[in-house]
Amino acid sequence: MTTDTWLPDVAAPPRTLLDVVDVSRRFGDVAALDSVSLTIAENEFFALLGPSGCGKTTLLRSIAGFEQPDSGAILLGGEDLLGMPPNRRPVNLMFQSYALFPHMTVERNIAYGLEREGLPGVQVRRRVGEVLETVGLPELAKRRPKQLSGGQRQRVALARAIVKRPRLLLLDEPLSALDRKVRGDMQLELKRLQHEVGITFVVVTHDQDEAISMADRIAVMAQGRVQQIATPLDLYRRPANLFVADFIGTSNVLGGRLEGGSFHSDELGALPTAGATGPAGPAHLVVRPEHVRLLPEPDGAVRGEVVDVQFKGGSSHVVVGVAGLARPFLVSVSGETTVRRGQPVSLDWSTAVVVADELV
Amino acid sequence: MRTRRRSATARLVLLGPGLAFYAVFVAAPLLLVLAYMFATRGRFGGVEWTLNLDNFTRAVEPLYLDVLVSSLGIALAATAVSFAIGFPTAYAITKLPRQWRTVALVLVVVPFWTNFLIRMYAWIVLLNTQGLLNDALVGLGITDERASMLYTPGAVVVGLVYVYLPLMILPLYAALERVDPELLEASANLGASRFRTFWSVLLPLTLPGAITGSILVFVPSLGNFVVPELLGGGKTVMVGNLIRDQFLKAQDWPFGAVLAFVVVLALLALFAVQALVTRRVEGETAHG
Amino acid sequence: MAETRSGPGWLWLPLLLCGAFLYVPIAVLVAMSFNDGGSAYSWDGFSLRWYGELAGDERLRSALATSLGVAAGATVVATVLGTLLAVGLARHNRSKLLEAGAMAPAILPDLLLAIGLLGFYYAIDFPKSALTVLVAHAAFGTAFVVAVVRARLAGMDLSEEEASRDLGAGAVTTFFRITVPAIAPAIVAGALLVFTLSLDEFVIAYFTAGPTTQTLPIAIYSMVRAGITPEINALATVLVVVSIAVVVFAARTVRTTEDS
Repeated sequence: MTTDTWLPDVAAPPRTLLDVVDVSRRFGDVAALDSVSLTIAENEFFALLGPSGCGKTTLLRSIAGFEQPDSGAILLGGEDLLGMPPNRRPVNLMFQSYALFPHMTVERNIAYGLEREGLPGVQVRRRVGEVLETVGLPELAKRRPKQLSGGQRQRVALARAIVKRPRLLLLDEPLSALDRKVRGDMQLELKRLQHEVGITFVVVTHDQDEAISMADRIAVMAQGRVQQIATPLDLYRRPANLFVADFIGTSNVLGGRLEGGSFHSDELGALPTAGATGPAGPAHLVVRPEHVRLLPEPDGAVRGEVVDVQFKGGSSHVVVGVAGLARPFLVSVSGETTVRRGQPVSLDWSTAVVVADELV
Repeated sequence: MRTRRRSATARLVLLGPGLAFYAVFVAAPLLLVLAYMFATRGRFGGVEWTLNLDNFTRAVEPLYLDVLVSSLGIALAATAVSFAIGFPTAYAITKLPRQWRTVALVLVVVPFWTNFLIRMYAWIVLLNTQGLLNDALVGLGITDERASMLYTPGAVVVGLVYVYLPLMILPLYAALERVDPELLEASANLGASRFRTFWSVLLPLTLPGAITGSILVFVPSLGNFVVPELLGGGKTVMVGNLIRDQFLKAQDWPFGAVLAFVVVLALLALFAVQALVTRRVEGETAHG
Repeated sequence: MAETRSGPGWLWLPLLLCGAFLYVPIAVLVAMSFNDGGSAYSWDGFSLRWYGELAGDERLRSALATSLGVAAGATVVATVLGTLLAVGLARHNRSKLLEAGAMAPAILPDLLLAIGLLGFYYAIDFPKSALTVLVAHAAFGTAFVVAVVRARLAGMDLSEEEASRDLGAGAVTTFFRITVPAIAPAIVAGALLVFTLSLDEFVIAYFTAGPTTQTLPIAIYSMVRAGITPEINALATVLVVVSIAVVVFAARTVRTTEDS
């Protein structure tokens, strides 16, 4: 199966590789992990996404063995990981700082893990050579980490981790230390490599674009809890709560109540919900900017006045001030737009989501 | 959990030997000195373990109090002179081209790594009645006749400054080097004179460095007994000499221990002042 | 401060005065060491005779040997204990008190440690010798090694050690293959520091040496007290040259190990 067509809910269910069961970890008064449970399948590219301090790195370090959870279990292929010291776990971590050993050459860095397994020298050299080919750096074998660019260091760190053929590769903010331009290339490169070496990847990131463009599934975390686990598309289309809706992509959010299948905004009264459903009670209406239509005549759901127009290349953002709303409405229009600042407009939408809670 | 036990083993292996060594050869001796203060002097050195509090009343007798006060005075003078020489020197070094700064700092440090007694000997030679300094003073017509500059409190101060000056210059340099020159330019731009800029901007910002340097000079000066002996010639007695004599000559260890304790108290008071000032200066930086 | 365009100007004055203050006494010592006469004040022509006397001085030679032995022993003990302590403090300790305590002997007034050890050796009835000086020097030397190595560890990325564990290395392998190479420059610097401090240390040695034990500073002390002789000038010149060499060597070693 290829990463492009892989979906979690088709055909035979994939085999579970990692089982995180009800894991909690407190640091003083702060719950870094609060009853976190998730499963990751064999060969999956999985992302842990959330703002800093949400617990994603603590979870990653617990899997690697550098944190001890207060309670819960972490199983790899059904085998308990928590009783094992980090050096015995068939799991490797690519550190955010890369943590390349500065006193060793690229070659020695990569060979380090294989030597710990007691492999004979010939085999070590062969596998180091192979992995350098895989990451495209065979000519840099004799260099020191200091003599490499950021992108090259990242590839060496990756090579050092995958050469051990771990059952699970953990990547802590793998692209954060790179320039913006290199980052895009490395996203593609990481996906290619994951496909090529057939290792399950778990990436920790705070960057939603990164997670969405690389991962098969994403766990969105906040305040030590998993908010939602879904494919990128599902997260975008069907966010489980306001936090996820806000964190993934851009959205217009209105507070109000859901009653009898229709949404009543606190400020604007009844609004189209476009088929969104949910239990009656307090709720939030989430409308994506590209789902909003600009209507010149005053017969849309909401009336306002154009405050600003920003041309973004492929699309334009129209900022519409609406009486009674603290924040203006954001509308995304493909290509150019003819509306001008100060022009009265009205807004309508065909797709929207209603979420009940802010957080899990 | 197994991993936790492993970490306890690592702790024991790494910290155990050093701490055990300290316990025996640092902590035990210091506790012993503390205990000596309440003991009675032994007839042939050492102590007898019968409670005796006379050592404390003896320490405040005028004879010893005088020595204590004059020791504080000499150590203070040495610190002040070191600062007066050290500050302009450290400031001048920060103004040198980068490669020359390192050279200047090495030159400041080299005498410090030369044997301390040899450096004292150099000053005996210089300050002697037949010495070079007298040659120079008489030759230049500054003084009419040769004066004995050796074996005076002044000679002791000069000796202490000579020995500990690098310890003043280095922290001052470190503090001055961190000061953003734009702050001084801003001060001038706002109409401050050079002196006002020095007094209101440069000095407060380098105060922690100045205090570190002062402690590094003051502490070894106060307890010193070699400099007063060699350059003070027995006429200038400091508390260090008294302590040495109690342990090696008079064999009154309990009294020596009390004198040492007084020195430590003075030093602890100094550290408290340092902590206070550093916190204040850093607090101001945090707010500003 | 950043590079300044204006030259030092009047600031040459303190530099020159301070330089003169620091170096004139040494220069006089060195110059007079080549004096043919027996006076330390008046020049009687060039001669190397005092270096000859120095070379033939049996007492100084044995004092130097004692000092080198004491310094070497103290350096070994202090470097091993201090390095272990520094790593333990950096990686397995959260107590600020323990951290301060491990460096305290470095700032302890030497006279206090000296009288404490004098009393301690007396109390356990251990005869004073070169060994008792060695142990005393190792005690404060350990604190200097802790301070230097600990500072280096503070600047080291903790994840390098975690990466080693992650790649399958045990605690011992990680210590020797990753931690020690990373802090090697600091270990070398600490060892050099202890060695030179021990060679120069007088007060503690004076209190803890046996009646017949003479370290170099103790021998110099009795020479200086006995009066002025050009032989001390010759000795001083040798020591100045050695100390300059050590400072330059130390600076180079630390720099090259850091580059590699």
